Amino acid sequence: MHNPQLNAKGELAHLLTLEGLPREIIVNILDTATSFVGVTEREVKKVPLLRGKSVFNLFFENSTRTRTTFEIAAKRLSADVINLNINTSATQKGERLLDTVDNLSAMHADMFVVRHAQSGAAHMIARHVGPERHVINAGDGRHAHPTQGLLDAYTIRHYKHDFGGLSVAIVGDILHSRVARSLIHVLNILGTPDVRVIGPQTLMPAGVESLGVRVCHDMRQGLAGVDVVVMLRLQSERMRGPLLPSAQEFFKYYGLTPDKLAAAKPDAIVMHPGPMNRGIEIDSAVADGPRSVILPQVTFGIAVRMAVMSILGGS
Amino acid sequence: MPLPDAEALCAELVKELRSVVTPETAMVGIHTGGAWLAERLHRELGLKLPLGRLDISFYRDDYHKSGLHKSVKASQIPFEVDGRRILLVDDVLYTGRTVRAAMNELFDYGRPESIALVALVDRGERQLPICAQYCGATHAVPKGAMLRLHRDDRGKLALRLDDA
Repeated sequence: MHNPQLNAKGELAHLLTLEGLPREIIVNILDTATSFVGVTEREVKKVPLLRGKSVFNLFFENSTRTRTTFEIAAKRLSADVINLNINTSATQKGERLLDTVDNLSAMHADMFVVRHAQSGAAHMIARHVGPERHVINAGDGRHAHPTQGLLDAYTIRHYKHDFGGLSVAIVGDILHSRVARSLIHVLNILGTPDVRVIGPQTLMPAGVESLGVRVCHDMRQGLAGVDVVVMLRLQSERMRGPLLPSAQEFFKYYGLTPDKLAAAKPDAIVMHPGPMNRGIEIDSAVADGPRSVILPQVTFGIAVRMAVMSILGGS
Repeated sequence: MPLPDAEALCAELVKELRSVVTPETAMVGIHTGGAWLAERLHRELGLKLPLGRLDISFYRDDYHKSGLHKSVKASQIPFEVDGRRILLVDDVLYTGRTVRAAMNELFDYGRPESIALVALVDRGERQLPICAQYCGATHAVPKGAMLRLHRDDRGKLALRLDDA
């Protein structure tokens, strides 16, 4: 089967989704990221790999944090970075998405980092530009957020070393979460035996079991004996119609408190992709507690994005 | 002509370097063969500062042609580079491009007082103005062949000629 992310030599040319990626490509990204962690701790936090290359951040949907980490990653690889917040720009004047891309390609863009509210937007751009220019999906609709999935996998590997015996629980708004989808795919590819999703029925996508996960609606049952707890942000802005009685009600049943976390293994780590809603999906005592690795996730995210960009840029 | 004996060259380098090193001397080996040689020299010379290791993959000048190497190792420079006299160690000196990349990387850690190059073998065919201050032997090999250092399970070093 042809994978639109790979070039004729089987190398990664675009990063659009983790679904269906060969295991060795994922492991190579994580290994390369380990070397970049060292770079970001040096006096000079830059390497010259992408010197003279231009990286365009195309954000059709707002995200200061993700855009910033991509920007830092590209700058640490010595690329020139151009940020475009398109919702405030030409598309409002009616320009077609691919016309925007053609214009930027004519300005000699080498890499596009794309975030879009529509699933499949990054795929469409990748098909359009071909394998010489590289496209990284920085989140498309509910579909995928591959670099977030990779940085989550990197974080889990950093603290737990091996996926072979792990139980991982992903909690909350699974329905709207591209983070959850990308994480489930990468955990499966890396051979995690036990992946659970926990949340109310109204926030569970239909047929989620087919992704190879176990569904739980009770938090304490779901967290029993897990090594890793991944909390998701409640995406109120994507909710149309009443999916939840109230945020307080949600916190009562699914908010991660020290009390509920006690069901997990004593050395379980707590992750969150950010931005956090304190008091809605996570209690401050947990978010700021000793088992939280939420801030290291951000730091690793830069190294992982440097790894992805440097592998794509050399393909 | 048979390949030089790596163990004998190594012993000669130790003898030569003994009068050069001071308690302040730092040593950095280039992955992979250079790091093996550096481990040996570092131990035999009894250097006090911990050994540094460089993987120059992020600094290679052929990245845009050949892409990023698979299985990049993390570089480790476990000492302050500023003002330090550094012995940079590689197994085989050839075009000089690896050494240039290694120097570029070292300068991203700080400004050393000096860098001197130690090589087990110089195979000639330089493409850059770089030479080794301490060199075990010169030995020409056919263009396109790969002269590389190998290390066996017991740590014995040997040079080998591989087809590219």
